[in-house]
Amino acid sequence: MGSVKAELLRLWKWPATWVLIGVWLVMTLTFGYVFNYLALNGGTNTRDMSQQQLISAMQPENVGAAVVRGLPMFGGAIILVLAALAVGSGYGWGTWKTTLTAGPRRVSAMAGTLGALAVVVVLLVALTFAVNLSASIVIASLEGWDWSLPGWGVFEALGASLLIAAMWTGFGVFLGVVTKGPALAVGLGLMWAIVTENLLRGVGSLLGPVESLTEVLPGGSAGNLAGAVGGSGAPGVLNSLSGTTAALFLVGYVVVFVGAATLLKVRRDLV
Amino acid sequence: MIVTTEKLTKRYGDRAVVDEVSLSVRRGEVYGFLGPNGAGKTTTIRMLLGLVKPTSGAARVLGEAPGTPKALLKVGSLIEGPGFYPYLSGRDNLRVHAARRGVRAGEVEAALEQVDLVGAAGERFRRYSLGMKQRLGVAAALLGQPELLILDEPTNGLDPAGMADMRDLVRALAAQGQTVLLSSHLLGEVEEICDRVGVISGGKLVAESTVEQLRGDTVLLIRADPLEKALVLIENSTRHGDVLHVRETDAGALVRTLVAADVDVQEVRPLRRTLEEVFFEMTGAA
Ligand SMILES: Nc1ncnc2c1ncn2[C@@H]1O[C@H](COP(=O)(O)OP(=O)(O)O)[C@@H](O)[C@H]1O
Ligand SMILES: [Mg+2]
Repeated sequence: MGSVKAELLRLWKWPATWVLIGVWLVMTLTFGYVFNYLALNGGTNTRDMSQQQLISAMQPENVGAAVVRGLPMFGGAIILVLAALAVGSGYGWGTWKTTLTAGPRRVSAMAGTLGALAVVVVLLVALTFAVNLSASIVIASLEGWDWSLPGWGVFEALGASLLIAAMWTGFGVFLGVVTKGPALAVGLGLMWAIVTENLLRGVGSLLGPVESLTEVLPGGSAGNLAGAVGGSGAPGVLNSLSGTTAALFLVGYVVVFVGAATLLKVRRDLV
Repeated sequence: MIVTTEKLTKRYGDRAVVDEVSLSVRRGEVYGFLGPNGAGKTTTIRMLLGLVKPTSGAARVLGEAPGTPKALLKVGSLIEGPGFYPYLSGRDNLRVHAARRGVRAGEVEAALEQVDLVGAAGERFRRYSLGMKQRLGVAAALLGQPELLILDEPTNGLDPAGMADMRDLVRALAAQGQTVLLSSHLLGEVEEICDRVGVISGGKLVAESTVEQLRGDTVLLIRADPLEKALVLIENSTRHGDVLHVRETDAGALVRTLVAADVDVQEVRPLRRTLEEVFFEMTGAA
């Protein structure tokens, strides 16, 4: 418990935590509402979205889909950066050394880090939901639409969002531990989340086996889960796997990333 | 015994960085762990804290296996420079550390006071001078009233004033009965504070004793005229500038020999070798 508290205290007062969460909230607002709103009011709609689709995407009722669709790629990348920085920078600062000599077992120290990151990521998803819901209500009121709050189905979308966020967190933690530093972890992570999987998808359209593989890679699984719970119209969202299959792959990735990172942390010498 | 190691060894590749080190630290003493840079001090200390696993050999810290919660909770340490969050204040850094250690947050203020950092406790760690950073490291090590304090070169990189501050701090802790394992590559810095010292060189513990024992046999200094004749007369004497050194305790016999041979004896006195000289001899770092 002390380990979680300690780690929360330091993540809470870390400017990077709030900068990254803030950047994400601005992005989700801009791409989810501001641009759509401008397009609705006289922009040139080159994506061929009908007025009805635009309106539907911004309805408070559909806020769950708005939250989840951002997470497979850009939201995920930000969460990955946060986790990789939080874990990786501890090597350069020497804080891992301080942490591992404080008293608790290494497993507990690692659990503290994971627990605190989990709290931060749940907060990020909750804030994304709150900000998106507020924006949608403001727009619906401004436009005088008939609107209603989302139904219970929103919890499915939020649950999927949390699972996707958990996978990217685990990925970031894993990279931070493996590379023992923030720079390479962030670089490799961003490269993977934004570039590599997309390139593979490009190749996949030529080669069948590669295509099947891309569906179940970390970003692919996340995109398929987002698609399965109603997300659409954002980069990284896919519609090839069932929600259950995608969710199982994500759970698998969380277990593998977190398990491998913890095992390494416990076994490896800290010099 | 607070710390015992038995043939503690760490190899990197085929190089033994710590080579069969058997040392012991007793309760209540300040133990100086001395050796030139690269001798293996930090690696030994890392093994005592469970950060690095020994290749072979064993260590016990307060009767426990190194790195276990039971051992770690009774040891406070500062290894190779303090590791703190640069964006947090000194006080917040200690709060974080207190939470990890399961220590009441109230102890933080007392620790800050002990290292004289109360005034700067609200400033970000990043802005601290090196001396303040090191003192914060000692404050963190003091949280939870550890039975053993391990300080690895706490004066490294400090200016003379900072070094003196750190020495005073260790002396004050020692006066309260705190057991301290203090490593250093500067002998002069620990010789007044330490009760016993262990000297490590090239990974091997080359001596472990009290400071007095380490200083070893008395050497006599002789100033005589003609010096050349005295050099021949006195067995095993060596010339050092315009004086002779000889490992001999019977000054009377020596003087009689010289006088009988018509040599003028101007000065005969015991020469205490400085620890620095002993140290250089042992570690071959002269
Ligand atoms: N992780 C490591 N891998 C390889 N060599 C190392 C490692 N850590 C330390 N060494 C080597 O071990 C020797 C002893 O280092 P160290 O224990 O830090 O010495 P000291 O603290 O006495 O200056 C040095 O030569 C150093 O280069
Ligand atoms: Mg060292």
